[in-house]
Amino acid sequence: MREVKLFLGPQHPGMHGNYSVHMYVDGDIINTARPTPGFLHRGFEKLMERRHWMGNLALIPRICVPEPDINEMVYAMGVEALAGIEVPEKAHWIRMLVLEMARIAVHVMGLGFIGGPTGMYTATYWAIAQRDLLLDLFEELTGARIYHMYIVPGGVRKDIPEGFAEKVLEKMDELESRIPEFEELILKHPVIHARAKDNILLPAEVVWELGVTGIGMRSSTGKKNDLRKVKPYARYDQVEFEVPTAEYSDALTRLNIKVKEIYQSIGIVRQVLAKMPEEGEVRVPVAPGNALRWTVPAGMVYSAVESNRGEYGYFIVSDGKEMPYRIAVRGASYPQGLMGVEKYLKGYRIDDASLWMDSMGVCSPEIDR
Amino acid sequence: MNKEKSIFSPIKAWKYLAKRPVTILKKDIFDVPREASDRYRGFHQNDWEKCLGCGTCSRICPTNAIEMLSVEGLEDKEGYKNERPAFDYGRCSFCALCVDICPSDSLGMSKEYLHLSKDTDTFYFMPDSTGIHGDSRKAGYLRDEVSELLDLERYAMDMEPVERKNSFMEIVKGYSLEKALAESARCVECGICTETCPAHMNIPEYIRSVWKGDMKEAMSWLYKTNPLANVCGRICTHKCEGVCALGHRGEAIAIRWLKRFIVDNTPEDAYDEAALEFVTEPVNGKIAVVGSGPSGLSCAYYLRTLGYEVDVYEEKALPGGVIRYGGPEYRLPEESVLKDIGIIEKAGVRFITNTKVGRDISLDKLRNDYDAVFLGTGFSLSRELKIPGYEHEDVIYAIPFLGQTRDYLRNLAEMPEVHETAVVIGGGNVAFDVGRTLIRLQQTKYNKDHVSMAALEHREILPCDIEELEEGEEEGIRGHFGYGPAEIVIEDGRIKGLKVQKVISIFDGEGRFNPSYDASDSFLIEATQVFIATGQKPEYAYLDDEMLANITMERGQLKTGKHGQLEKYPWLFAGGDIVQGPDIITGVANGHDSAEGIDEYLRSLRK
Repeated sequence: MREVKLFLGPQHPGMHGNYSVHMYVDGDIINTARPTPGFLHRGFEKLMERRHWMGNLALIPRICVPEPDINEMVYAMGVEALAGIEVPEKAHWIRMLVLEMARIAVHVMGLGFIGGPTGMYTATYWAIAQRDLLLDLFEELTGARIYHMYIVPGGVRKDIPEGFAEKVLEKMDELESRIPEFEELILKHPVIHARAKDNILLPAEVVWELGVTGIGMRSSTGKKNDLRKVKPYARYDQVEFEVPTAEYSDALTRLNIKVKEIYQSIGIVRQVLAKMPEEGEVRVPVAPGNALRWTVPAGMVYSAVESNRGEYGYFIVSDGKEMPYRIAVRGASYPQGLMGVEKYLKGYRIDDASLWMDSMGVCSPEIDR
Repeated sequence: MNKEKSIFSPIKAWKYLAKRPVTILKKDIFDVPREASDRYRGFHQNDWEKCLGCGTCSRICPTNAIEMLSVEGLEDKEGYKNERPAFDYGRCSFCALCVDICPSDSLGMSKEYLHLSKDTDTFYFMPDSTGIHGDSRKAGYLRDEVSELLDLERYAMDMEPVERKNSFMEIVKGYSLEKALAESARCVECGICTETCPAHMNIPEYIRSVWKGDMKEAMSWLYKTNPLANVCGRICTHKCEGVCALGHRGEAIAIRWLKRFIVDNTPEDAYDEAALEFVTEPVNGKIAVVGSGPSGLSCAYYLRTLGYEVDVYEEKALPGGVIRYGGPEYRLPEESVLKDIGIIEKAGVRFITNTKVGRDISLDKLRNDYDAVFLGTGFSLSRELKIPGYEHEDVIYAIPFLGQTRDYLRNLAEMPEVHETAVVIGGGNVAFDVGRTLIRLQQTKYNKDHVSMAALEHREILPCDIEELEEGEEEGIRGHFGYGPAEIVIEDGRIKGLKVQKVISIFDGEGRFNPSYDASDSFLIEATQVFIATGQKPEYAYLDDEMLANITMERGQLKTGKHGQLEKYPWLFAGGDIVQGPDIITGVANGHDSAEGIDEYLRSLRK
């Protein structure tokens, strides 16, 4: 048969974000896959060098759209480390609340989005509706639904509003009661099984070869490598949670772990609300003066947090001025999303390509950044 | 997980058909819009009553979405700019940093999240308090103290009152490097101060230089508009701080102390290099400056930068005028005066002291010997206060008293005669200078102090600076504010005290100075010395009768044209207190202006 070149993305319902893969197919088998990033390249790293330390707040959430808070968190952690400032106790807990709510929101969406490549849109609609209810909470807390711009160097931007904790708990109960429906609809469904079981494998060698972290790594190596556990930030050392793992990684296993992580995150949110100090300040200034003239002492730092896709880090270099000298982003899905596609997508069927992208956890803006 | 369900299990989802959807129906978007949360960052709202036009929002904006546009017909108020922010929603990222940093608290965001229009121009607009859709009720995101992005408190450095009143040592110690950097980092660079400063000093620019740690650059900025950086860094009336954008919600930047930090911390060579950078060869002409006060010095310095030879005539033994003989040592130490005058001397200005124009040399002769003449003779005489007993020898006027004290501290004169008790009449800065100087002299002589003060104005409306009032009271001045002098009571040839009576009003119905008193509310302030600090007046001995007839006067000040040029005598320019003011910075501004005017005038002659 003649080899045909097909484009998956940048505009494709099965693609995550504006990312593109050029596929050379023979029949319906992919012979060569060439990732074509850049559609979402807005030069964030360069732009950050031309923004004030505070002004970058408006920029960084865009590096990962579905889970923007990790960007704010790593940035804030890095700046705080360089400036040597101590974040108020309450701010740590509010940050954890935000991060875990974001993790739940993005996992719910990821779970439902399996419906895209497999053709079961009910799951997608449910997931989006459920996520939107979580975004309502974000809107109330931060003033925005997607780009929260809430975790700032020095703490958080505003204290939590009155009665917010109760609303969060209520939403968590509601969500917890709905997850079994998701499991029933998705994880036990014969079609999903047919597509996802023993498909899109991620062997341990590939994990080590590419440097895959997060669910990908945990599902195939059995290692409990979660930054919240191995290198706790905020107050993750003061809450209890499990890190679900597996030793055989196919698409279904990874979906399974996602669901387990949602339960864990709900547990963390409940603990956070119980342990969070009632009173106390939530933000300290980064430096004397106004935000236009905040300077951060010269130095360099790598800060990392556990995103829903794995280790997400910023390497920040300051030369002591009011803007960063250099910021490099380690996107968690960079290894599998770029190198992995090139090397391991071949051999799969065309219709598995979008399932591959979905279940490997690829977020294209963080590849392009 | 095992597959247990059949392919028909999604039918379960049908139960949700009966439930209310989470999503908003299309028909409801406009008719029953969803209410956003209280913190929602929607479209901007700007209260024009509060907005300063400072443009801080446009400087913090990470996306350059805010542009300051001038608004026609906006009332011209001091401390406000006729500009308002316009927002480009094609760029705005709705981060609300502009709201968090707004110094006037005028900006906020509404709960509106929807704006649909085919007209793209509507996405660029200048909001007022009603926002994009003219609905002011939907206030959303607002700044609070947690999200604050300004640093509102001034970094302090004052000395304790007990410590300071025992000596003439300078009260304010000046900033340390760390504090100066912190203080300068508070500036939002709006430039409202520049507009208000009589000399239009480049305040945001030199504060930025301090913040960068570049003292030479800062010094260059100072000398662009003010050659009396040392003096003004210490005793300027700092009108700039009165309008500072930060003063609306917090404390104004310590602009004056930062200026002082620059002059105190610039290395000698960098200082001279920056100050003398534009001084050129004297090739263009020869100018006489009468009076070496602030306006004369400023005029002389800038004439040197324009290439003129300058001679300054001074009546007293030392040049400087009010900065040499007026301001007290504890606020303006001798070194500062020497430094500023030294630079002007280094610039090549010649001082001819002990020479009073009108007595030792005539204005006519100056006219013949020089291409142009600048008059900056100031208000050199004390205004008399003719109340019963004013001719007693223990009634002393502020100007000679302050001058003698300065000379005493230079070891050029005897210590002024001070008694154990004294009362000062007046409520301006000079009155406090006299009162606080008296306290120090009394402490030196008697180891205790007793100084009272009587002023027409109430404490709240005293014409002096608030620092003077606060520090003066801390040092022990006993103020009787709102009481006017009625009589100096003399018994057996000695002053017994000052009889004061309650002031009902200071100005009459037509707004003229004409105080009226309530004679029933009066008492005696006991003191054996009375000091009068109720104002100064000019002396025009150098003007002959013909000139006096040709020059219009208004309340003792000369009426001049552009650049301080006198209409009938184009070779004659005037500035400082005899034209405007009275204060030092206005004098500096006048001197600079006249230097440019003289240059313009002489060049016009050469054409």
